[in-house]
Amino acid sequence: MSSPGGLAQQSASLLTMALDPAFAGRVYPPTEPYEVSREKIREFAAALGDDNPLYRDPEAARELGYPDVIAPPTFPIVMTLRAAEAVVADPELGLDYTKVVHGEQSFSYSRPIQAGDLLQVVVSIDSVRSIGGSDMLVTRGDVTTLDGEHVVTASSMLVARASEQVR
Amino acid sequence: MKLAGGHAAAQPEVGLELPPQSFEIERADMVKYAGASGDFNPIHWSESFAREVGLDNVIAHGMLTMGLVARVATDWTGDPGSVIEYSVRFTRPVVVADGASARLDVTGKVRSVDAETQQAVLDLTAKVNDETVLAKARMTVRLPSH
Repeated sequence: MSSPGGLAQQSASLLTMALDPAFAGRVYPPTEPYEVSREKIREFAAALGDDNPLYRDPEAARELGYPDVIAPPTFPIVMTLRAAEAVVADPELGLDYTKVVHGEQSFSYSRPIQAGDLLQVVVSIDSVRSIGGSDMLVTRGDVTTLDGEHVVTASSMLVARASEQVR
Repeated sequence: MKLAGGHAAAQPEVGLELPPQSFEIERADMVKYAGASGDFNPIHWSESFAREVGLDNVIAHGMLTMGLVARVATDWTGDPGSVIEYSVRFTRPVVVADGASARLDVTGKVRSVDAETQQAVLDLTAKVNDETVLAKARMTVRLPSH
């Protein structure tokens, strides 16, 4: 991962709130492969109190044409938020992580994640903005199989609120 | 394609209201969600930390809300694998005090139907104590092909 250079470090220390706009457009190396298990899907579905049989019963999933149980629509966050966190925790970016809240989230699916998938995430920074003392960062996580088949793209807007307008 | 208990018609009418659902969110649910999702941000479990960063109390994970809201749609289609797009904006934190719970009321409505692509766009709403907690909550789903 390349350094954004001396200017960024300087601005991070002098202007503690503003993010370094040079980070926009940056693309990070793929994450370590994530192996999707039936048990993790079951655990995630249980945390949502969701008893849909497609999350638990491989037979029910096969009846709809899936090779194994599928994961709930928000399951990709298990991979993508962790991958994005490693990026936003980069001190050179200058994000005050203690003030970060989730502003927006979107998913665009080519297919559902399913048990047995071996997936990787490529994180990129779509945009960096500072408005009214709040910093806004949009990260994108492209989730693919190791063969490069696109599964889902997750986009997260993270907001570091200015301390006086916290609610 | 066979549906797993869903009610979606192949050609639903625009404006059709999906069966609404309500969810009670307690601290225990947030602990479970933290473990399942790997999101251990202390604003979701430490009251002192939450207050330190200016929140009234511990707040539920936005992604927990987003996951629960999706159920109005996926229970309707029966096939959660039919989701093509899903996006929300988090407008208000869901505060959950110790020993209390927040009741999340979710509704959904068919916004548009594209007969050619067999897709429908659904508008979803989420309220806690009658206050909207999500904006622009929208899902595109593939409709059953029969």
